Amino acid sequence: MSRLLLIWRKSLNVVMLTLTGVAAFGVVAVLFLILGYLVWNGGKSLNFDFFTQLPKPVGETGGGMANAIVGSLKLLFLAAMMGLPIGLMAGVYLAEFGGKTFAYIIRYTTDLLNGVPSIVIGIFAYSLAVLPVKHFSAIAGGVALGIMVIPITVRSTEEFLRAVPGSLREGAMALGASKWRTIATVVLPAAKGGIITGVLLALARVAGETAPLLFTAFSNRFWSPGWGQPIASLPVMIYTYAIAPYDDWHRQAWAAGLVLLALVLIANIGTRVVLSRGGGGRSA
Amino acid sequence: MTEENPTIMRKMLVVLFLLSASAVTAGAQSSPLLLNAAGATFPYPIYSKWFDVYHTAHPNVQINYQSIGSGGGIRQLLAGTVDFGASDGPMSDDQLAQAKFKILHFPTVLGAVIPTYNIPGVTGELNFTQKALAGIFLGTITKWNDPELTKPNPGVNLPNSDIVVVHRSDGSGTSYIFTDFLSKVSADWKGKVGTATSVNWPVGLGGKGNEGVTGLVKQTAGAIGYVELIYAVQNNIPYGKVQNASGKFVKADLAGVTAAAASMKDMPEDFRVSITNAPGPTSYPISSFTWLLIPAQISDGAKRDAIKDFLKWMLVDGQKFNEGLSYAQLPKSVITKESKAISLIQ
Amino acid sequence: MDRAAPRRFDGGGPRAFLHRLRHGDEVAHVLTLTFAAVILLLTSMLVYELWVNSHLSRIKFGWMFFWTRTWDPVFDNFGAAPFIYGTLVTSIVSLVIAVPLGLAAAIFLSELAPRRMSDTISFLIDLLAAVPSVIYGLLGIFIVVPLMRTTVGPILINTLGHVPVLSQFFKGPNYGVGFLTAGIVLAIMVVPFIISVSREVLLTVPREQREAALALGATRWEATWKVVVPWARTGILGSVFLALARALGETMAVTMVIGNDPKIAASLFAPGYTIAAVIANEFTEATGDLYLSALIELGLVLFLMTFILNGLARLLIVATERGGGHPS
Repeated sequence: MSRLLLIWRKSLNVVMLTLTGVAAFGVVAVLFLILGYLVWNGGKSLNFDFFTQLPKPVGETGGGMANAIVGSLKLLFLAAMMGLPIGLMAGVYLAEFGGKTFAYIIRYTTDLLNGVPSIVIGIFAYSLAVLPVKHFSAIAGGVALGIMVIPITVRSTEEFLRAVPGSLREGAMALGASKWRTIATVVLPAAKGGIITGVLLALARVAGETAPLLFTAFSNRFWSPGWGQPIASLPVMIYTYAIAPYDDWHRQAWAAGLVLLALVLIANIGTRVVLSRGGGGRSA
Repeated sequence: MTEENPTIMRKMLVVLFLLSASAVTAGAQSSPLLLNAAGATFPYPIYSKWFDVYHTAHPNVQINYQSIGSGGGIRQLLAGTVDFGASDGPMSDDQLAQAKFKILHFPTVLGAVIPTYNIPGVTGELNFTQKALAGIFLGTITKWNDPELTKPNPGVNLPNSDIVVVHRSDGSGTSYIFTDFLSKVSADWKGKVGTATSVNWPVGLGGKGNEGVTGLVKQTAGAIGYVELIYAVQNNIPYGKVQNASGKFVKADLAGVTAAAASMKDMPEDFRVSITNAPGPTSYPISSFTWLLIPAQISDGAKRDAIKDFLKWMLVDGQKFNEGLSYAQLPKSVITKESKAISLIQ
Repeated sequence: MDRAAPRRFDGGGPRAFLHRLRHGDEVAHVLTLTFAAVILLLTSMLVYELWVNSHLSRIKFGWMFFWTRTWDPVFDNFGAAPFIYGTLVTSIVSLVIAVPLGLAAAIFLSELAPRRMSDTISFLIDLLAAVPSVIYGLLGIFIVVPLMRTTVGPILINTLGHVPVLSQFFKGPNYGVGFLTAGIVLAIMVVPFIISVSREVLLTVPREQREAALALGATRWEATWKVVVPWARTGILGSVFLALARALGETMAVTMVIGNDPKIAASLFAPGYTIAAVIANEFTEATGDLYLSALIELGLVLFLMTFILNGLARLLIVATERGGGHPS
């Protein structure tokens, strides 16, 4: 009897572990399919003009998305400036200082905020940052994206701060460090890896958002000086070009998709390289 | 760890600084006059061409037009966040009443909406009677070999299969024009569904944008949808002839659209008019003007002059670009009337 | 603590030092609390805006709004039922696909794969999260929809379409677009979140837990499934909520593959509509105050749905936490 049981357990072991491998490679296969499609369709229309020229009207070749590339960068910068501090600090609060009720409310609210459709956030940012000043701007776009960055940042910051073992905290305190000093110099660095993942996920997500920008950053055929004017962005350009009836614009849309992805990739690698040099890895 | 912190901090600061520096300087230039406009998607191709050519001729004027939809254009104009708007359907009296300021309509180009289909085995052009189109989109005609369809197409072998209707899911001027036509030719349609950029379609799948509709039609056997003429031409998709008010079956082309516009006897002073189902043997029945919506009073002198100058340019030089992009030119009579109306902008 | 500290107004020496310590903590507490409260403020303002701007529609339709099935902009008759249905169905379908798949992949990446392979694959999967919705939509149209119409759909109809209870959900006609297609596209969009976060959490499970189980004679799988995963339960559930939240609010990709037909139908192959999709499609063109107000009320309804779903999910966490595991 126990022999049978053993065989069953062993076979289950093999089957399940194989299935997990299949799942992982399945997902990777989908990714490669998507990337392959993007590269194939987008690579065909990537040229020097794409990165340096402003958009041209229909029927003329040689247009590019230089202003949209810069625009997306500016918007991401704004979103990070506005959303990350709130998200990080709130995450620290929830993990380190939170009481029972208030912390619960904050967590709940954060999840709520995460579920709001991006277009509703766009409408909200419109009433907040566009109507009062009566024009569209990069700042309004940054507000919309910044709001979207907050929930993912909060959740992952909190989660990975919590994952830091109590022993590390106690050790620091035993050496005489105050709570905030412990957090700043011991706990945060220990949770760095996970927190960065969360931040990058959040930024990656908003980098490709279209709907919230439609009423805030609007878009711009030309360069956008400063921060107070409408500004072009890659996702909005993709959206506009993809539903247009022109093959040339479709190709540019694919190219833009590829560039967008590449930007996120570079940001990903760059941040990891810069910050991992400073030591501090994963706990346990 | 503390010894390495300064290095990381320094690196991060450098990265941040570079990022912000490039972001700011990338935009810094001497400031030209920037005009923002929003509205209809239907004329977007020709508008983008015009604003570009105009900018090349007047480098210190930048007109930034975004096609967020006719309704969007009207709303943003009313809210004051854009300098002027554009719409495929004229503003209603209610909407005009809502505005805190007077708004003028200026027709720019003429366009057409065509029925496109995908019937296995049928390659030629189909003739659609007015009753047929209304019935199909109402859901009362459900098979391709319905007598209403076979009668005007004697040589064509229409199969006994279901009609799959495809309409626009997003609110659009194209839908406005199409439903305006259907409301005129079918009392049933007018009573049950009506005319708008977004309606409660009795049957059918919704595709997003012209692309979405064409995609669905191309992929679904037995499908029929409506798209802008220019889109069908540029993408080489088959479309049928539509019966006009005189009973003739007309294939959409620029001549037919211009004929529809010319047949209209009295252009109202405010240019708000519908030319669907226009009389005349060569008129294409699903044609329409599209308009720019300009405030009658513009306080910023530079902007006012720029807009007026653009309108003048548009009526003369701009019209030359229409045909290349499959839009019809405005009739001479309309141009003359409009030129006079420009002086109303103060 | 005998230091020559400068004379302070609150006294010098050890007590002052301790006081300053606590003061720093107080500052940190208040500071972080303020930032956390900002989130509360933002969300309240958002709900307020939604509430105020949906006033006309709420007054006109009242509670009927929830089960009216019509959506008629011309005759000003609006109801949320088809959109609520569509949002729920597509989200559920996407989770049913994405959670087992994502969890399995995360387990593989954290337990079985060599570290470098795991890091590389995980990094690549994070990239999936960066692909813009519009691209997912386009790929949906060009790949998933034809596949659904020509291959997957007929297979499912011919097999599950004959099973007694399930046949309701797998009936033709099959256009390629519909609830199932949207659910699949959504699943692809949310699976990176599940994998990424679950993997990170699984990696934080202390090695001793695993080793203890193995030492007691468990197979690799048993150690993973019965010890490691339960330990990481809260984090994994957290990732599922992130996924659910994304699925509920996804706009662009869904509208391109769902058929955009505001109707309620049992079959997963039928075209449908979601709240987010209809708002995106019609908001820019909505003229007429009642129309606009109805769309915003839909936004409010979506908010309510998220609220309820989150509440249920939290109850689930509390219930599962009873069984031990990583303390939250």
